[in-house]
Amino acid sequence: MITKRIIPCLDVKDGRVVKGVNFKSLGDVASPIELAEYYSRSGADELVFYDITASFEGRKLFTDVLCETAKRVFIPLTVGGGINSVEDFDRVLKCGADKVSVNSGAIRNPSLVSEAAKLYGDQCVVLSADVKRVDGVFRVFSKGGRENTGMEAIEWIKRCVGNGAGEVVLNSIDTDGVKNGFDLEMLDKVCNAVNVPVIASGGAGGIEDFITLFKTLPKVDAGLAASIFHFGEVKIETLKQEMKNNNIPVRI
Amino acid sequence: MVAIINYGVGNLYSLKSSFAAIGEHAVVSADEDEIRSADRIILPGVGAFSDALEKLKASGLDGVLVSEAEKGKPVMGICLGMQLLFDKSLEYGEHEGLGLIRGEVVPFEGRINKELKIPHIGWNALEITQPDCPLFKYIKNADFVYFVHSYFADGCDESVTAYSEYDIPVTASVQSGNVFGCQFHPEKSGEVGLKILKAFCEI
Repeated sequence: MITKRIIPCLDVKDGRVVKGVNFKSLGDVASPIELAEYYSRSGADELVFYDITASFEGRKLFTDVLCETAKRVFIPLTVGGGINSVEDFDRVLKCGADKVSVNSGAIRNPSLVSEAAKLYGDQCVVLSADVKRVDGVFRVFSKGGRENTGMEAIEWIKRCVGNGAGEVVLNSIDTDGVKNGFDLEMLDKVCNAVNVPVIASGGAGGIEDFITLFKTLPKVDAGLAASIFHFGEVKIETLKQEMKNNNIPVRI
Repeated sequence: MVAIINYGVGNLYSLKSSFAAIGEHAVVSADEDEIRSADRIILPGVGAFSDALEKLKASGLDGVLVSEAEKGKPVMGICLGMQLLFDKSLEYGEHEGLGLIRGEVVPFEGRINKELKIPHIGWNALEITQPDCPLFKYIKNADFVYFVHSYFADGCDESVTAYSEYDIPVTASVQSGNVFGCQFHPEKSGEVGLKILKAFCEI
């Protein structure tokens, strides 16, 4: 049986790991390479590297950090941030990325998903969607959560999956940084709309939030978080043991 | 020395790095002489069966691989590379494979519970059926490995060395003499994966 994945997310800026609260006020944590090695040893099932500056400052991903990480860490790596073309896919895949996540780049150029899926396979293309309730409707935001695109989120996600996105990272802006649990309502809607793996992001404050996530929504494949792992509030070993105790399939 | 056959399919950076991590010299190569001089050969692969097979044949390295395998050199196919070792595949039509292992490659679609997602993606436990397979020297039953695939090898019971459960028993690894295959990605399966590669390098 496939296990539920626990995925630490490393937001990288200037070669360092940062974590924003509601995407603003960033604090420095550690070297991404060292942190990645630490997480891999701790039992992380996968890692996500986001270049958080790329989408609005046009900065190129720190491919040297990525290359060095892929020399030392042998679990799946997803890279996102500033992916606007198939050339960007190529650049990070050559450095050891296994999957590439698109967000603003796909909003600007919706054919990016299908082009990349054709070239590298559906399994390589991850749609990352930043979603927020606006007047009771789920809307897709771009540019690191700062700009309302006006698009309805479920339709957008379905369209991208139809075009070949093999996985969806759903980041709820409403719950991100609040540490009061994942956005179960939003996740449930997405899980019922698509049949590709859905990764929950935004809102984890403690172990119980992951247990609630996987118990309430068995269709969710993975839970992603950043600061609670970076600051040691949640230890991955403890989290996975607790998942096991709750009969959630997990790799230990 | 390990030769990783480079025929223009997939990302070989991690695979090469994983051998470096276990202290093994590996080259990514499309050079016939270099591949023939290697102690072991890896056939990688991602994407669609027929595209990959066409590229492998266009490179002329299919013959090198088959003749080296027939000479008794340890060969290991990974993911689609494993699937290419079989007689045939039913991915987008019917395509003949390299025929080094008996069996065929079939889709999950229509063969597993409709509720389950395709591809089979993520970490799954190995149910080892042939504990004596040399690849398992340093690992144990129920260890986890990382899979990403929509097709699997079927009709190959005599060569299966481990299954993984995904509604049905899915061929996870195979062996036919000196020819090995892993449906999962050892280079993405953490410590367990590195131990499998280490064991392969000791065959």
